[in-house]
Amino acid sequence: MPKDSGIGASSKRREDVRFLTGAGNYTDDINIRGQAHVYFLRSDVAHGKINGIDSSTAEAMPGVVRIFTGKDFEGIGGLPCGWQVTDRHGEVMQEPPHPVLAQGKVRHVGDPIAAVVADTAEQARDAAEAIEVDLEELPAVINMKEALKEGATKVHDDLTSNLCYDWGFVEENKGAVEEAIQNAAHVTTLELVNNRLVANPMEPRVAVGDFERGTGNSTLYTTSQNPHVIRLLMGAFVLGIPEHKLRVVAPDVGGGFGTKIFHYAEEAFCTFAAKAINRPVKWTSSRSEAFISDAHGRDHVTKIELALDADNNFTAIRTETHANMGAYLSTFAPSVPTWLHGVLMAGNYKTPNIYVNVKAVFTNTVPVDAYRGAGRPEATYQLERVIDKAARELGVDPIALRRQNFITEFPYDTPVAVTYDTGDYGATMDKLEEMADIAGFAERRKQSEAKGKLRGLGINCYIEACGIAPSNLVGQLGARAGLYESATVRVNATGGLVVMTGSHSHGQGHETAFPQVIADMIGIDESMVEIVHGDTANTPMGMGTYGSRSLAVGGSAMVRAAEKVINKAKKIAAHLMEASDADIELKDGAFSVAGTDKSVAWGDVCLAAYVPHNYPLEDIEPGLEETAFYDPSNFTYPSGAYACEVEVDPDTGKVTIERMMAADDFGNVVNPMIVSGQVHGGLAQGIGQALLENCVYDENGQLLSASYMDYAMPRAADLPNFEVDHSCATPCTHNPLGVKGCGEAGAIGSPPSVVNAVIDALNSGGKDVPHIDMPMSPARVWAAMNGAAATGHGTAEGRSLGGASS
Amino acid sequence: MYNFEFEQPTTVADAVKALSEEDAQALGGGQTLLPTMKQRLAMPSKLVSLTAIDEIKGVKKDGDQLVIGGGTTHGTVAREAAASYPGLAGLASKIGDPAVRNRGTMGGSLANNDPSACYPAALLASGGTVVTDRREIAADDYFQGMFTTALEEGEIITAVKLPIPEKSNYQKFEQPASRFPLVGVFVAKYAGGVRVAVTGASNEGVFRWTEAEEALSGDFSASALEGLSASAEGMISDIHGSSEYRAHLIGVMTKRAVTAAA
Repeated sequence: MPKDSGIGASSKRREDVRFLTGAGNYTDDINIRGQAHVYFLRSDVAHGKINGIDSSTAEAMPGVVRIFTGKDFEGIGGLPCGWQVTDRHGEVMQEPPHPVLAQGKVRHVGDPIAAVVADTAEQARDAAEAIEVDLEELPAVINMKEALKEGATKVHDDLTSNLCYDWGFVEENKGAVEEAIQNAAHVTTLELVNNRLVANPMEPRVAVGDFERGTGNSTLYTTSQNPHVIRLLMGAFVLGIPEHKLRVVAPDVGGGFGTKIFHYAEEAFCTFAAKAINRPVKWTSSRSEAFISDAHGRDHVTKIELALDADNNFTAIRTETHANMGAYLSTFAPSVPTWLHGVLMAGNYKTPNIYVNVKAVFTNTVPVDAYRGAGRPEATYQLERVIDKAARELGVDPIALRRQNFITEFPYDTPVAVTYDTGDYGATMDKLEEMADIAGFAERRKQSEAKGKLRGLGINCYIEACGIAPSNLVGQLGARAGLYESATVRVNATGGLVVMTGSHSHGQGHETAFPQVIADMIGIDESMVEIVHGDTANTPMGMGTYGSRSLAVGGSAMVRAAEKVINKAKKIAAHLMEASDADIELKDGAFSVAGTDKSVAWGDVCLAAYVPHNYPLEDIEPGLEETAFYDPSNFTYPSGAYACEVEVDPDTGKVTIERMMAADDFGNVVNPMIVSGQVHGGLAQGIGQALLENCVYDENGQLLSASYMDYAMPRAADLPNFEVDHSCATPCTHNPLGVKGCGEAGAIGSPPSVVNAVIDALNSGGKDVPHIDMPMSPARVWAAMNGAAATGHGTAEGRSLGGASS
Repeated sequence: MYNFEFEQPTTVADAVKALSEEDAQALGGGQTLLPTMKQRLAMPSKLVSLTAIDEIKGVKKDGDQLVIGGGTTHGTVAREAAASYPGLAGLASKIGDPAVRNRGTMGGSLANNDPSACYPAALLASGGTVVTDRREIAADDYFQGMFTTALEEGEIITAVKLPIPEKSNYQKFEQPASRFPLVGVFVAKYAGGVRVAVTGASNEGVFRWTEAEEALSGDFSASALEGLSASAEGMISDIHGSSEYRAHLIGVMTKRAVTAAA
């Protein structure tokens, strides 16, 4: 029987009432009396030297309050990077400055040169057009491999080269991996590109800076996934404002997908300028601006080798990846191709020897950072594609090859530094085979062929690491932040609760799911619990929401705080019932004394805590409010098996997804409906990456896919009805709820199955196509069917969706 | 968007007068012009809206031809031409989305002559006539390359006359992002022969594929096109498809249009 409330119930998302009725409060809805507007004049060249800026005409234009340039920020800190990677040779990464406004040079199309603050946004834009910038265009470097060549144009003159770091993981494995590859019965090699993406949340970024002259306090309203992180980074590293004089508010946020984790120049600018002109300053990104100023995602060029013995057991994996950092290091950029990618290279398989090499490279492009999955989709894609290729080369069943190599005993120490606490990869594969009706595929293929279409079936597994932790380990790995989470549980006098969480919801449904947990713990109705998040003024210092961490880390903090509340309430109840603390039980919203019929309601105990007339004041303080900080001992490791069936039109190369199945193991599930929704969204983005989305730069660093006219977003009609299941549950062994992350799984697990399916379809039609780079646009598929090369290796030409004709 | 003046005349005569001013520009449904202005890529001093001129709206059957007012929306064409000219109605029903179809007009589309627009293929394949406030222009003379037409400054398309074919069909292969045609082919069969017009593909805008017309005029079936291929020369090559791919799609879409029409 499905539950109708508490953990396991598909409670309807209470936040949707306001979102769907236009009652949300997004950052752009915030307008402060007297506010001015800023327009950023951005570089239209990828690389250039600023010889001069003449803003005299612009300054005299109507409504202009002040025009800022890099000069105004000379004494101000740059945007900090939150993660320092140490390379194979023990050297720390090259870390260039990242100014708020360009200092002497621009390094990508979209780099802000000047900021015009005016009474209205239109006036600011009008004036910006009158600014004369003497910009000397310099050669741009776009292709990562070219960027690493001797004599290549440098993105940053002060660095020794465009190489940010050359990372080896685990360096000690290198020799054993080489030996295993030499001794292998078979080695499958695959070169591929993990396409560059733009996150495109429905709500573009917005920032409103406010300065209160009377108190000297600054406030920033911003579209952020982690307001406390922004407060710390901006306050401590950029503007020099201590936290107690700075408040950061991230109200309703319309989607993040990673790109709203990072601290951006526009946030620092609005906060700085508000004080400088003593007026609130607002910036609302246009969609066009978002394409050239939001951090992009992925952009890896990889060669992977999989070694197998004569019995088809995996013996080694070796990868070499070039990871694009763009022109500057965005907040968590260095961690994505390393600690979020290398540690996942074992996947679901007991490969004894693994070595990952990543070269992070600066180019004259928008900075690249985490995007839904961040590193884990890149790892999964390489691994699951090379396994599929190996199965095809060896003539073995791709499911059998995977099953044969599955990790089956837990905990399992991988050769890439992490320990999987639990999982059952055979169970999710069993479930997938049932859902996918693999036995019926041959018949479905015949039906497609009768219509002149090629049909393919692709499957893959995935494992991901969510809720990156623990803090002491990530500190050793280069994180400049802790990765705990916080919660304050405040009980009101009449028994209702407010949970102030350091997590942040921007679509995940915390306001619904978190109360389900509290309701179950106390035995009260979910409606008695309210979730507060997104404001540093009324939430404890927390790290926010990304990397599928909210329930596993933030939910655990909430549970810990609630346990403290309950323990205290039990003491109060014991006093009221004149019993021993140890005999008090809490069930269905009432405290009782074990073995007796004595009972006192939750609300009465809460009232006693705030009206302590009959209260053990000598032993405990009045009130019921507790805070907990939770630092997990390990990641959580969701896993699953996905299947995709496609039809390919051999005349046009167009791929249609006919079926998409996902069998996930998320451990315990609090709200199955929300979890399904999260998987659906992830699948849509994964299919978007596999078939449609591609961020294309030309050789000069101009962004060719700079609007929805050229950047293809997935639409409802591009997607089938998803079949998702999360009944295979191996609860996480180290957090109190036994939960794992679910937010990124769909985006991690789906791209390889889509590509595997297309390759299967083409091969069934007699086309010996080993690989096609994503996105598998009709033009690329058609070109591949007609003999084009499998991968463009990340060159500008290769990035083109059009594909080569021969 | 820069400031501009706005007029909304109710007669063609008043519109022509308003458009005589320098830098004045006609505004149909605004599906191209308004986004362009929002991006500050166009700055007309005056917009003359044609949407309140009733005399240039509507779909009428006049003997063996269909007369469609220049201010008629795609949605209206989709509904009102469905019985008389289903090939055209089918094309109109698949332009953009409902919001686009309820604003965008035939006159606006033809005057703009976007190389990826759908309507130019219908007009050219139908051998139609563009009627303006001052003259009539045959389709074969009207299109003069990408975004270029025979229209003079301030000339307004008041109607389009389309001879109704015996059989017709339009097939488009959508560009994945914009969903405009990467290649669109309109095939129209008349007693006197077959006309095939291709949009989306060429650097010169819409054009007639005369080899296919000859083959189909003798035998209106997909098999008549076997062995025929459009040349890649002069075809658009961009991030969505090479010129070779576009040329290939012309053949595929033409066959599909013939099969659907036959």
